[in-house]
Amino acid sequence: MTQRTPPGRFEKFLWPIVAFAVMGCVWFFLVKWTASKIFPSPLDVEQGFAELVRRGVLWGYIGDSLRRVAIGFFGATVLGVPVGLTLGWYPAAAQVVNPVIQILRPISPIAWIPIAIVLFGVGDAAAVYLIFLGAFFPIVVASMNGVRNVPSMFRRAGRNFGLNPAELLARVVLPASLPQIVIGLRIALGIAWLVVVAAEMIAVDSGLGYLVIDARNSGKRYDLVVAAMLMIGLIGLALDFGFRQLETVKAVRWGFRGES
Amino acid sequence: MTQLLPAFASQAVKTKLRAEGINMVFRGDGKSTNVLENIDLEVGEGEFLCLLGPSGCGKSTLLNIVAGFLDPAGGTVTIDGEPVEGPDPRRIFVFQERGVFPWLTVEGNIGFGLFKLSRAERDRRIAYYVKLVGLQGFEKSYPQELSGGMKQRLEVARALAVNPDMLFLDEPFGALDSITRLIMRKELLRIWEAERKTIIFVTHDIEEAVQLADRVVVMSARPARIQRIVDIDIQHPRDISAKRYLELRDNIFEEIGLAHQV
Repeated sequence: MTQRTPPGRFEKFLWPIVAFAVMGCVWFFLVKWTASKIFPSPLDVEQGFAELVRRGVLWGYIGDSLRRVAIGFFGATVLGVPVGLTLGWYPAAAQVVNPVIQILRPISPIAWIPIAIVLFGVGDAAAVYLIFLGAFFPIVVASMNGVRNVPSMFRRAGRNFGLNPAELLARVVLPASLPQIVIGLRIALGIAWLVVVAAEMIAVDSGLGYLVIDARNSGKRYDLVVAAMLMIGLIGLALDFGFRQLETVKAVRWGFRGES
Repeated sequence: MTQLLPAFASQAVKTKLRAEGINMVFRGDGKSTNVLENIDLEVGEGEFLCLLGPSGCGKSTLLNIVAGFLDPAGGTVTIDGEPVEGPDPRRIFVFQERGVFPWLTVEGNIGFGLFKLSRAERDRRIAYYVKLVGLQGFEKSYPQELSGGMKQRLEVARALAVNPDMLFLDEPFGALDSITRLIMRKELLRIWEAERKTIIFVTHDIEEAVQLADRVVVMSARPARIQRIVDIDIQHPRDISAKRYLELRDNIFEEIGLAHQV
């Protein structure tokens, strides 16, 4: 079916804007009618934003959070993808290691905070370690399943053309499992962004998570709390959007449709 | 009955593939199923052979055995006098489903098996086979942008590009619509006449077998045995309403035990 492009494109932007406007109004009037002394109105939050920018902390904090996520996520990718590929490639190894992974995987990275602090002290390393933990397991599991789900037809075709096992891995198994790996990376990035906020509340004194807890602790500045929350949401959205662009790369896109 | 033998049949044809006493047993769920029973088969150099039988009879299994993807429970397969010990780039298997690599372009797929060649030679061969299967203008396209028939032609091109001496085709046109299927048969014959590979073609379509093959090997239901081998002594291009064609086709219908009425 062909889409009516011009109105479709217009509506694509119109309705979300309407939704935001309605949400903002509901928020504004709820705060007004309940005469809340604690919960800030959208206008207070806007002032809070302005204050954070004026004090020059906002961009620094955003930078700190993003840096921690980048390092932790990068480490989890560099280690997790090869581990997952290996486990998918050698089912015997997976049988040995899988129970361990399955036990560690459901433990929230937040539960690791005390241990992270014992290991790395209070500071960047502990936060990065927590992000790494949160991102590592989804990446391993996605890569492992990606390899396992490669149709045997592709492997056989690869062997038929005379590839040795290393070539088969590089030229058939890795590209064939890439769409699933990309999905795993995207999930992991989302988790990393959740974890960084929690980690910064406890382990460090900068970043958006720290801003949330610090604004509350030093003078119950809920306008700043909510401003930081909104910032976290917006950046999370931007990260996910950016990552989604990867899925449109043609060498990967075939894996994101019903049929190849 | 007197008829003209096709030219190749009158010459002494060199044996390309010889299968002797092939047996195959599948084990699973505590029971074992005989799939193939005592198959003896010879395929001549440059021959187009069809394996014909009901679905699930084991003809694909036989093809996988001669291609080296499966070890038979008993018997031996030799090609050019050498025993088959595994898949080999000299003999390419074209799959039932779409076996082209979706992460590679048309060029990438055709060039897949050419990694040992120089860049220039690879490009030359890619260009040649793109043309042979009529995919000019789609060199940079991905399989998802191609129709089913184009994908199947691409897979044939990928197979031919490594210059194998044999092709194994496992119901390659099974997923195509009937019009595309007819066109593809014509294309395959054209390519076969140009390149003269030895072809073993598995199908459950009687018409397809009679249209394509030099000889049709009719297989029984499971456990599969060779029921009969029918020489298709008609020159290409074949007139599919000619008396001899219909005669051969109807013989095979009867052989399989089908009255040709719907």
